[in-house]
Amino acid sequence: MKSSVIVFPGSNCDRDVAVALNKFQIKNNMVWHNETSLPKTDLVVLPGGFSYGDYLRTGCIASKSLIINDVIKHAKKGGLILGICNGFQILIEAGLLPGVLLRNKKLRFLSKNVYLNVTNTDNYFCLNYKKKKIIKLPIAHNEGNYFAKNDLIQELNNKNLVAFKYCDEKGNINKDSNPNGSSDNIAGILNSSKNILGMMPHPERLIDPLLSGEDGSILFESLRKFK
Amino acid sequence: MKLTAEIISNHGIKLEEYKKIISLIGREPNLLELGIFSAMWNEHCSYKSSKKYLKTLPTKNKRVMQGPGENAGIIDFDDDDAIVFKIESHNHPSFIEPYQGAATGVGGILRDIFTMGARPIAILNSIHFGSHDHPKTKNLLNGVVSGIGGYGNCMGVPTVGGEVKFDSSYNENILVNAMAVGLVKKNKIFYSKARGINQPVIYVGSKTGRDGIHGASMASAEFDENAEEKKPTVQVGDPFAEKLLLEACLELMKDDSIIAIQDMGAAGLTSSSVEMASKGNLGIVINLDEVPCREKKMTPYEIMLSESQERMLLILNSGKEEKAKKIFEKWNLDFSIVGKTTNSKNLVLNFNKKEVANLPLSALSDDAPQYDRKWSKSIISKKKQDKNKFDKFEILDSLKKILMSPNNSEKSWVWEQYDQTVMGDTIQKSGGDAAVVRIHGKQKAVALTVDSSANYCLSNPLTGGKQVVCESWRNLISVGATPVAITNCLNFGNPEKDKIMGQFVEVIDGISQACEYLDFPVVSGNVSFYNETKSRAIAPTPTIGGVGLISNVSNMITLNFKDVESYIFVIGKTSGHLYQSEFFKLVVRDNSGPPPDINLFNEKSNGLTLKELINKKLVKSAHDISSGGILVSLVEMCIAGNIGAKIKIPNDKINQQEYLFGEDQSRYLVEVDNKNKEKVSKLLEKNNTYYEIIGKTQKESFELDKEFSIKLSNLSKFNSFWFNNFFKDSA
Repeated sequence: MKSSVIVFPGSNCDRDVAVALNKFQIKNNMVWHNETSLPKTDLVVLPGGFSYGDYLRTGCIASKSLIINDVIKHAKKGGLILGICNGFQILIEAGLLPGVLLRNKKLRFLSKNVYLNVTNTDNYFCLNYKKKKIIKLPIAHNEGNYFAKNDLIQELNNKNLVAFKYCDEKGNINKDSNPNGSSDNIAGILNSSKNILGMMPHPERLIDPLLSGEDGSILFESLRKFK
Repeated sequence: MKLTAEIISNHGIKLEEYKKIISLIGREPNLLELGIFSAMWNEHCSYKSSKKYLKTLPTKNKRVMQGPGENAGIIDFDDDDAIVFKIESHNHPSFIEPYQGAATGVGGILRDIFTMGARPIAILNSIHFGSHDHPKTKNLLNGVVSGIGGYGNCMGVPTVGGEVKFDSSYNENILVNAMAVGLVKKNKIFYSKARGINQPVIYVGSKTGRDGIHGASMASAEFDENAEEKKPTVQVGDPFAEKLLLEACLELMKDDSIIAIQDMGAAGLTSSSVEMASKGNLGIVINLDEVPCREKKMTPYEIMLSESQERMLLILNSGKEEKAKKIFEKWNLDFSIVGKTTNSKNLVLNFNKKEVANLPLSALSDDAPQYDRKWSKSIISKKKQDKNKFDKFEILDSLKKILMSPNNSEKSWVWEQYDQTVMGDTIQKSGGDAAVVRIHGKQKAVALTVDSSANYCLSNPLTGGKQVVCESWRNLISVGATPVAITNCLNFGNPEKDKIMGQFVEVIDGISQACEYLDFPVVSGNVSFYNETKSRAIAPTPTIGGVGLISNVSNMITLNFKDVESYIFVIGKTSGHLYQSEFFKLVVRDNSGPPPDINLFNEKSNGLTLKELINKKLVKSAHDISSGGILVSLVEMCIAGNIGAKIKIPNDKINQQEYLFGEDQSRYLVEVDNKNKEKVSKLLEKNNTYYEIIGKTQKESFELDKEFSIKLSNLSKFNSFWFNNFFKDSA
């Protein structure tokens, strides 16, 4: 299993996710945004951070980087792509995932551990969550309020393309367990072929019992099974 | 242009100081040169009122590698690792423009850390606001918190701890103190001292604009009613540019291209060039036409005094220019060769092919004025506590009042706006006694805390100065760390007033005594005077940033109760001092009287004994007893662990309120498993450490024998009420 973490100016979770990939024996390369082609890779990771300082719109400038052309090709060939936080925002701006990410409902940056319901475990990213569907992961964002028109939300639900929904400790998905105002408590979605996952929570930050949990490890363990 | 008395005084230069300038350079300065003197000689840059006393602080122990005088202090962190840290104030700018003021405060302190070659791994802060019902407080709090978050979050450095306090003495002069901590390899530390002549001087980072001109001078004067007109002197931060600058500098630092490096902070290009050259006992010539400018037609005066952010000055080994340029271009940053080192010992500035300034460097730095200001002793209250006065204050009701007060409230409203977990090594976040950040890839960790106790310092500066150092030491002990060293940010009023200078002198004395006794030296810091508006000074507020080493993370402990049926020990003696306590301020509504005394012997002995218990894994949780006394500290352990407790006051010689709310120092609460009760008692007795067993942990309710029982969920609601309610309109 080989991965490529794309580094944009302003990325700041690139190292963290590389550490997580290495920990789960996924062979990783760091790829600078100005490169024109990806090295041989099974998985592309767009890491969290503030690419281009969030100027213009979060993820917007990064989505026009040179490397993105090859990332899109990789997607069309069925290669895996994981976008975390700012990476999710970039995937949306690049047109690889639908919807938009608005500012959090309370208009404040929000950094805390949240509970998630893994609503789709039938994909390469979430396979191992079959055993544990209510998980805890940290979020840390200002623009994570997923929004889409009702028919798109319905379509995502009908086609089972929602990967994660915010919930409470017991798994209840409701307004009280929605930290940022996302439509239908959506925290992460898949494309229709389920080879692209965009998510606001940070699995790479919870891969060690000392960091108050290991629920993030499960995602990387699932990915390791890909090849 | 003739320099009139008005121009001179507008530069904050006193008449005698102007005369000194003339005698030092043998002529009248021109306007640009006057501006440079003003930037270098103001209180903020020259420490002219404080230097005499700062020299008395202990600055060495066996781990200190770099004490005060550099961009930041450095301590040995075993193996080939060192920790770099410093705290700094950004008070005046934050009051005028809270978001940008706080943001650039964080940006500035981060630059001090990575200038030395360290990658920043943590940010902390201490922020003080006016009374919660003052009309400016809400806006300032909101702006400062989002500014701190806005900068640190974008940089990808976790903000792991700090304190937020409210008091009317900050109504018109808030405090924003930011601390940053970095990790560096011992053989990869960079300094600001220039070496060698004819070496290229390089400007990197963002362009120079007209923002922040004379910022350091603003920070060196009192505010009047026109304070808000000073908005243009506040710098505007761009954390994205700083993130690029960080990565570019660290990339260049991998080899030996850099001779010296200095960030452009207060007084921008002026102080960075003067400091580098004068430390190296060299001269420096700068061609101002080569400085990248944001705006057209900027004058030499503006270029030299701008405090635009995210800029660095480097001296490279000649021949390394091309290599360095490539790195900065990769990161889309300006790179310009602006001058060279010389052997003249002068600062020479050229512009438009003309020499526009030529000043001896010694006049700007070594010969800057030093004052031995007059000071008066503080008047200390000797009031004795009236034992029988407190019975009428019902205990549960008093506890509720304290838990619901802004200063004692649970502060997740604040912490949640800071990214605390980026970099993946934050193993203890805000809300504990100290934050703990693991050294990446290793088993050791750094413990960090920021503390202040202004009301203790106001009522007795000497005791307050000791207390705040001890508080820092105690917080580090409480997480299982060995305290190593501190950084201090000394926030005071106008030093030209005897009373204020007296507070400063006495606080320094207190800090010195405690640092000396605890082997806990000061390695960096800053002084912020003139925290006065319309002649009303803030309470003296020394802020202490403490750093400790946890050699093995398995020895780290937290404050939340872990299990039911554990014994609760109080380590240290409780005599029930209530003056200056939260109980006195919030319940009795009395601000008079002296603060609790500090006995340094007991402080050290109790702390080291607890450290021994932690290392032997005999305690399950620990918490220092501070603001609010035993009862409030105990409730904090309960809420954090979602475990209740049942306690009984162990002796009847002392009034209940005094026992439960007294703020006697050097005490800790610890949780001890049934099976270790005897072992712990024996060890405490062997070390002659005073202790009491006050009760046991239990399920979900908190009970005081014969008084009350209350559900934890209710206590938790009281504790989180204030912030949520204060900001409920803003959702």
